[in-house]
Amino acid sequence: MIEVMTSNYAAAHGARLSKVEVIAAYPITPQSSISEKLAEMSVNGELHGQYILVESEHSAMSLLIGASYVGARTYTATSSHGLALMHEMLYWATGARRPIVMTVVSRAMAPPWNIWGDQMDVIGERDTGWMQFFCENNQETLDTTIMSYRIAEDRSVMLPAMVIEDGFILSHTFEAVDLPDQDDVDDFLPKFNPELKIDFNDPRRFGGLVMPDWWSEFRFRIARDMEDAKKKIVEVDKLFEKKFGRSYGGLVEFYNCDDADVVLALAGSAVGTAKHVSDKMRERGKKVGVVKIKTLRPLPAEELTKLNDMVPVVGVFDRSFNFGHGGGIFSEIRNGIYTPGGGLLTKNYVGGMGGRDFTPKHMEWVFEDLLRIKKEGKVDRMIEWIPLRDGTGRWY
Amino acid sequence: MPVLKTYKDLPSTPVTFYSTESNKTGTWRTIRPIFDESKCTRCYLCWKFCPDLSVEVAKEGDFPMIDYDYCKGCGVCANECPSDAIHMEKEAHK
Amino acid sequence: MPKFTIPKEEYLYKGHSGCPGCATPLALRYALKALGPRTVLNFPAGCGGVILGVWPGYAMKVPVVDNAFECTAAVANGIRAGFEVKGVEDVYVVGWAGDGGTVDIGLQALSATVDRNSNIIYVMLDNEAYMNTGIQKSGCTPIGAWTTTTPVSGGKGYNLTPKKRIMDMLVANGVVYGATVNVAYPEDFVARMQKAKDIKGTKFIHAFAPCPAGWRTDPSKSVEIGRLATQTGTFPLYEVDRGKYSLTKEIKKRKPVDEYMKLQGRFRHLSKDAIAEIQKLVDEEYERLLYKVKVTNG
Repeated sequence: MIEVMTSNYAAAHGARLSKVEVIAAYPITPQSSISEKLAEMSVNGELHGQYILVESEHSAMSLLIGASYVGARTYTATSSHGLALMHEMLYWATGARRPIVMTVVSRAMAPPWNIWGDQMDVIGERDTGWMQFFCENNQETLDTTIMSYRIAEDRSVMLPAMVIEDGFILSHTFEAVDLPDQDDVDDFLPKFNPELKIDFNDPRRFGGLVMPDWWSEFRFRIARDMEDAKKKIVEVDKLFEKKFGRSYGGLVEFYNCDDADVVLALAGSAVGTAKHVSDKMRERGKKVGVVKIKTLRPLPAEELTKLNDMVPVVGVFDRSFNFGHGGGIFSEIRNGIYTPGGGLLTKNYVGGMGGRDFTPKHMEWVFEDLLRIKKEGKVDRMIEWIPLRDGTGRWY
Repeated sequence: MPVLKTYKDLPSTPVTFYSTESNKTGTWRTIRPIFDESKCTRCYLCWKFCPDLSVEVAKEGDFPMIDYDYCKGCGVCANECPSDAIHMEKEAHK
Repeated sequence: MPKFTIPKEEYLYKGHSGCPGCATPLALRYALKALGPRTVLNFPAGCGGVILGVWPGYAMKVPVVDNAFECTAAVANGIRAGFEVKGVEDVYVVGWAGDGGTVDIGLQALSATVDRNSNIIYVMLDNEAYMNTGIQKSGCTPIGAWTTTTPVSGGKGYNLTPKKRIMDMLVANGVVYGATVNVAYPEDFVARMQKAKDIKGTKFIHAFAPCPAGWRTDPSKSVEIGRLATQTGTFPLYEVDRGKYSLTKEIKKRKPVDEYMKLQGRFRHLSKDAIAEIQKLVDEEYERLLYKVKVTNG
């Protein structure tokens, strides 16, 4: 059934269709409409399960961890400072192996206050052990929410997942979305059945105090399971395609990359802009491709390593900056995939932060810049902030 | 008690899987309670107030028994006994 | 005829890591005797969690969940929500935190959980400082106490702020049932828990727990000191049932606080004047309690 809705409503429908059992809700722009929609659904009976209004995002995550130990499917949504406030509990959810799924409507961090879209908040949470899935459009938000439960609750994974939509660009933009039937989703998504949960016949302590003699092994397990999750993600994407006819590539999608001269790698809503511009430029004979990073965690290292042999120049567009070596995704790709002496030229374009529009015109400039780098055979500067008000847009 | 050798033997969620009864805390003691049955009125205050569950009473009417495997020698039982049936003595050097 | 005045069943294993003379295991024993085997507790960072042993060992016969420091009440709420959504009603959910983890860092979550009136029991184990991290002052440290962050030098430096009146704060918050309990009075402890457990909503139990390590006391005197706290009126035993205060232990003639304080090394530095001041404050606080009892019982 096709309905016109925002990405926030798509996320809410995703949670409803996944039959979540416990929801913790706390408002923050631009996520609040997810909580509001879920409240509506709860009141009019579309959503069965506990809808709890909490007093902070930290308590929201804590509450869900408690509920997850009983074996309930859990959901919440947040942005920017709310995500930062629950930072401590994000580590806890990973260590406790609770498959919580959370929609993060990514938004800039303060001060100064800025409620618009930016990826600084989620980039800051790469190290917590949560799986991170980026969405290009409203349909993908809904589909990824459902897929995330299937991936996260699998006994070989058991890791929490965040489904990321760009604030205001997706969260408040109306698009046509195909709502799947509840029966089809029930078929695709089995009930949450964890191996270990609170059981009075087999009382355990969940958590405990582990000495240095066994701590590393627990952490290694998580690292191992996060790596193995890559296979599961691809598998679930294929199953989703079989059931619902839509696929997102699982980890990485290569668009227009066959015989490309240069490619631009990026994540989030800007992928749509990049694909559109890439099509237009291909029509004019410019051979540019787009690498869509759907999954940032686990890092799809094997897929991205293919770039070494695919093209001589890879640009990365980031809606974030990590004060180390460029934007979040650039540092992941460059440091993780780049083989020294391998000849791959990379450049980071940082833009669209704090809700600044990154238009097709800007995107075209980026592709032209990459083609120029290929022609000259060298990178002029590593990181470029565009557009920036100093007129030239040069960083260093 | 399962044998733990590699990370694969770990549960996926960090959980405990046996009791602390293997931890014989009796070795912590420097003084030990000595029980005099002849003075005991079976008020069971010692059983109620032992933090280490080391004063056991099999059933109502029985005299309390001290479990020296776990008794930490805190002395609460001796302090609370209203009929002086328990007094503390230095633990013999081993 | 010799009788057990509290239920016999134990839910704690031997071999736990409590200090000799620690009151926490006593509090856990009494609470679980009242609640039974279908109880799940959650512990934040604190002595309680550490006493339960090192992985993979575990000192309880009921399931327990560990949580971060400030979210005890939120996690307890979550566990209850999980059971409710699964349709399981005959379980008790207990959030078991320390004084610092309740009145300081945990206050927000507790206040909100009381507000939501989630069906949990919240037990604040009050040993009057952050004991697990090494005896630092908390919001429940009484006036005059030495702690490592209020150390005494030249007769000065000891804690000057009174205990936070957490019971009154939660009564104002709308808590459905609150009670103070003391490990020195096991029958009363069990009776309060038995009364609280079947009331629907968030119940708050303030458990007094003397700590030999932190209070600098003789381990054998832990229970005696607890008793003196109530007998001097420093820690009166009362309950607040849907807003109505009533004493659960009448003390006809309160002993002077000096009898309670002289057994504790953490008060050793106090001058006679300081103790007299503290006696005045205890008297005032006790009168205030009697007034609340009178006023709320109309």
